[in-house]
Amino acid sequence: MRDSFIRALTARAKEDSDIVLITGDLGFSVLDEFAETFPDQFVNAGVAEQNMTMLACGMALDGAKVFTYSIANFTILRCLEQLRNDVCYHNADVTAVSVGGGFSYGQLGMSHFATEDLAIMRALPNMKVIAPSSPVQATRLTNLIIDEAGPCYLRLDKGSSNLDQEKDLTIGKSIKVRDGSDVTLVSTGAILRESVIAAELLSAKGIEADIIDMHTLKPLDETSIITSANKTKAVVSIEEHNVLGGLGSAVAEILAEEGVAKLKRVGLNDLYPTIVGDQNFLRKTYNMDANTIYQTALVLVNKSR
Amino acid sequence: MISQQAQSIELAKKVRKHVVQMTHRGNSSHVGSALSIVDILSVLYSETLNIDPKTPEMNNRDIFILSKGHAGAAVYATLAESGYFDVAILNDHYQNGSTLSGHVSHKGNPGVDFSTGSLGHGLGVGAGFAYNFLRKRNARRAFVVLSDGECDEGSNWEAIMFAGHHNLNNLTAIVDYNKIQSLASTRETLDLEPFADKWLAFNWAVHECNGHSHDDLSNTLKSTKLEQHKPSVIIAHTTKGKGVSFMENSVLWHYRSPQGDEFKAAMTELNEQETD
Repeated sequence: MRDSFIRALTARAKEDSDIVLITGDLGFSVLDEFAETFPDQFVNAGVAEQNMTMLACGMALDGAKVFTYSIANFTILRCLEQLRNDVCYHNADVTAVSVGGGFSYGQLGMSHFATEDLAIMRALPNMKVIAPSSPVQATRLTNLIIDEAGPCYLRLDKGSSNLDQEKDLTIGKSIKVRDGSDVTLVSTGAILRESVIAAELLSAKGIEADIIDMHTLKPLDETSIITSANKTKAVVSIEEHNVLGGLGSAVAEILAEEGVAKLKRVGLNDLYPTIVGDQNFLRKTYNMDANTIYQTALVLVNKSR
Repeated sequence: MISQQAQSIELAKKVRKHVVQMTHRGNSSHVGSALSIVDILSVLYSETLNIDPKTPEMNNRDIFILSKGHAGAAVYATLAESGYFDVAILNDHYQNGSTLSGHVSHKGNPGVDFSTGSLGHGLGVGAGFAYNFLRKRNARRAFVVLSDGECDEGSNWEAIMFAGHHNLNNLTAIVDYNKIQSLASTRETLDLEPFADKWLAFNWAVHECNGHSHDDLSNTLKSTKLEQHKPSVIIAHTTKGKGVSFMENSVLWHYRSPQGDEFKAAMTELNEQETD
């Protein structure tokens, strides 16, 4: 996804000198081509995320379309108040790009797990929150973000759904990945892959899942959730993220307001992992893999029936 | 025709009265902080900034950011007296439903380029403007007024390091060095000295001046324009609460609001200064 993002940004930067990329001293080898091709559109702010974000805001208010770039939480948490007061309050055209959503950097430890980012970014007025599920989506969504002014958080995952769906991709409109009438599986980011596998397991049991890819967490595609929930009456939310405040909470808010369907949230159960491992290992360890989704859906469907 | 300096001195007298009246009506804090920067703002708005109050969004305007947003009353009063909006609107400051918040905000207030209130934000954003002006070969400049206590914030030093490294000669920081912060003197809290040396070490051109002398401020601000390769800082030596004798150099008037006899006494002093 990271490479897809940079390729898309590079292609657009050629024709638009207002596009600026600011890195917080990360992106070794990945950003070289951009930096060499567009020296006037590239800034290494150094290991200084607060200033990186303030610079981005000042440049954006003078007409630039700025992307700040770092890994995991560094583009958003170290400089959260800069995002809130400077970028979001002034509605500046700044996209904070985080390379490494969830457990993408699973071996690096807790500091590098982005597992509260969606909740925190979602709470900021004016902020769009986008988590592509595949490199193809990352490319398309990067282009859409460039076209749409205003603050944005772009969460790039190391994993991928391995699906190549790009058709009719729009910010704020989810993608229906699979049709089913027994249970809704809604996920954000590359963990969609686990939903797809879970749906196959469920299908073998005669349970057909509706799968929604919520690549945009904010603005949330409420209609797709309500429509699917009205049909299935059972919803499982899946996110590589704390179950508090992220996709599960967003879906719960909608379902509660509409008064339809039972919900179970799959995600990190409000804790900091103290062990490391690759993304798949950690998904399994912390109960957000395909098997967990399958089991959760089974219980929920049986309860709903 | 009156000289620019006479103009800025007149402006400062009016702004001081507004500041005391606004903090009185609002029963609000920071009158000392606001009085401290009145002369700096008056010189900036009278002669330094390339701006047009009739066209607040003028494309080639200079950018001004009050990073010490708690002194917003002084900026609102300066803008109103400069013609950005009706002076009568200052009566709304701090009142229910007003856009004139205690900490300076751009929403609904013509002439405010950037909203602040949390310290340590203005300089980095000013550096962003300045960097983009240079990138676009644009002659615009960015001016940022900081408080001394605000220089405790690490984010400022990130911005100072960046601006020095990138030779942002179109960026001018003015530090309101009244040497008193929220609870005590800067020396007792976190000593800034040797202050000039710190900026010098970060590759800035350092100027010092009397932050209440319009002559000194004017000349110093003019000299910053001549810098070819460095951002400029003006360490403006000021007096917190300047203009009202019993508010001067007092920690108390960081938070205390002028009420009752104190308000009357303050206004009497300022009225006498106006007729001087």
